Amino acid sequence: MKQQIQFREIDGGMRFYSLLGFIGLFVLAGLGAAYFMEHNGHHVTGMTNQIVWGTPHVFAVFLIVAASGALNVASISSVFGKTPYKPLARLSGLLAIALLVGGLAVLVLDLGRPDRLIVAMTYYNFKSIFAWNIILYIGFIAVVAVYLWMMMERKMNAYTRPAGLTAFIWRLILTTGTGSIFGFLVAREAYDAALMAPMFIIMSFSFGLAIFILVLMAACKWSDRPLGDLILYRLKNLLGVFIAAVLYFVVVYHLTNLYITEHHGVERFILLDGGIYTNLFWFVQILLGSLVPLALLYHPATGKSRGWIGIASLLVIIGGLAQMYIIIIGGQAYPLELFPGMEVTSSFFDSGINAYAPSLPEVVLGVGGIAIALAAVVVGIRVLRFLPVSLADDQVDPHHAGKTAEATA
Amino acid sequence: MTDNANIDTYRRRFLGGTATALAGLSVAPGVFLHEVAQARPADEAVTSEVRWGMLIDTNKCANGCNDCVSACNEEHGLTGHGRPETDAQWIRKVDLRDKQTGHTQSLPLLCQHCEHPPCVDVCPTGASFKRADGIVLVDKHICIGCRYCMMACPYKARSFIHEDLQDQLPHAPRGKGTVESCTFCVHRVDNDRTPACVEACTAENHNAMVFGDINDPDSDISKQLRQHSSRQIRADLNLNTGVRYRGI
Repeated sequence: MKQQIQFREIDGGMRFYSLLGFIGLFVLAGLGAAYFMEHNGHHVTGMTNQIVWGTPHVFAVFLIVAASGALNVASISSVFGKTPYKPLARLSGLLAIALLVGGLAVLVLDLGRPDRLIVAMTYYNFKSIFAWNIILYIGFIAVVAVYLWMMMERKMNAYTRPAGLTAFIWRLILTTGTGSIFGFLVAREAYDAALMAPMFIIMSFSFGLAIFILVLMAACKWSDRPLGDLILYRLKNLLGVFIAAVLYFVVVYHLTNLYITEHHGVERFILLDGGIYTNLFWFVQILLGSLVPLALLYHPATGKSRGWIGIASLLVIIGGLAQMYIIIIGGQAYPLELFPGMEVTSSFFDSGINAYAPSLPEVVLGVGGIAIALAAVVVGIRVLRFLPVSLADDQVDPHHAGKTAEATA
Repeated sequence: MTDNANIDTYRRRFLGGTATALAGLSVAPGVFLHEVAQARPADEAVTSEVRWGMLIDTNKCANGCNDCVSACNEEHGLTGHGRPETDAQWIRKVDLRDKQTGHTQSLPLLCQHCEHPPCVDVCPTGASFKRADGIVLVDKHICIGCRYCMMACPYKARSFIHEDLQDQLPHAPRGKGTVESCTFCVHRVDNDRTPACVEACTAENHNAMVFGDINDPDSDISKQLRQHSSRQIRADLNLNTGVRYRGI
């Protein structure tokens, strides 16, 4: 007989309110930073007419990319019919919406005129991928909300699969749109590549799952609910596959650029002598954010340790932020190639690498976006039944109950 | 009876007069404004039969001369705050030195007023737009300050307003938190005048900048373009820029 998964809201009380209060402080600080930036104008940030998108965009795009990836766990359950993932599907949907809201909040608060949000929603230039993304982002929230409803309302359960499939296709289109923000930029050496769209999709798989694993582990621990090895090992093995896939895309991207003489300058900049960007690439994105977590997740000893799985997930997130920093800010730091073969000097910084240093308000706003996402998750699992009562091995997959956890590690 | 009749007459006159006045009040502005609209040459002038363009002869552009830049700043009230990284620059002087040969050149760089402007393509709200006569502008009322146009522009021609503005000029409205760039001095062009930078260059007798209608075969700029070879910066992007250069 098929076992029914039990879902329940987490308890209120001191622990809940302390956590919410703690996260709330970061939300408030983020809003304060946004007010400070808007009131004074963007000259108080590290952003200039050379680096027009700064640290807020790093956080915003990271969160938006991770949002679509966080939905993957639900898709694996509803679209690909893997039952062990079913108890996680609701949390996956909630996290997806929360991360997107957090990312969009940062994006909007960093606009020159955030007060004109209504203009962005009423005036559309349909040739702009940015305009399409506004529709895709809002649509994503609606589609995932309907999907969650189908999952959570017993009478609607029959429609879970079509709703899940719609959400899955929608998220693929959404991340294609996000990647294309850069892929469609013809002027800059680091962008202008169709590869950006699929690379962003695979990045979303990795970043979204890393965040999901951490949120799941924290939620189960703080609500005293069992989390079996079976499901955790499945998730961490999948994360390893995604990390490797991101590495593959990164290698293909750089190999292609290295082959084309026109792009040698920007490749040299990122890979060899770009200072902070080169260091971020090799030490944070590749070593700390990809190779170390891969080793941790697949090593027989660390791969079975929850602490190490958590650290590996955290490293993936840090590596992902570094990757975004290199793509967004590194891509602008490298100058536009207007006069090939010429040494250029001007009063408008045409001569070389554009300087940028993140300012405190930018970082606080970005962290505020993460806090908004986490606050939404905490409130969500408090008021609605997103989190299963137990994720112990026999609950997740009765057929695997007899097997030892090692078999799946 | 007579009193009553008089009252009726007064009343009739009053009502009639009021009605006429009301009719006049409601119709007159329409007629008046219509005439004003008819009188605005700017509205009539914008047609795709005209394409405004500029030819810059780098051989005549003097090294170290900054007159076009100063004229632009003065014309549009671009005073700056002493922070060159965030201050707006609509036109800038660029000095080039050939790495191989050591040959040096100087030229002004401004919005190239492309036929296919990437800034207009990417703008989510349509705030970046191209007039029928080829002038690329920003509608500051619907610019949300997302800066995607600045990411897309191959010429780094745009500036974001990073702080509060003072003493704005009526013909060059600007707005904190929005993006702006060279307007080809649209307020002058619509009144049959040349852009401030061109005027300044000519006044100094450098004559490195020529402005005109490149669709009109008899215009000075068309004749010069026909006669001498010229180049677009980043011609590989196929944007068909309105600004052309000689000598690079």
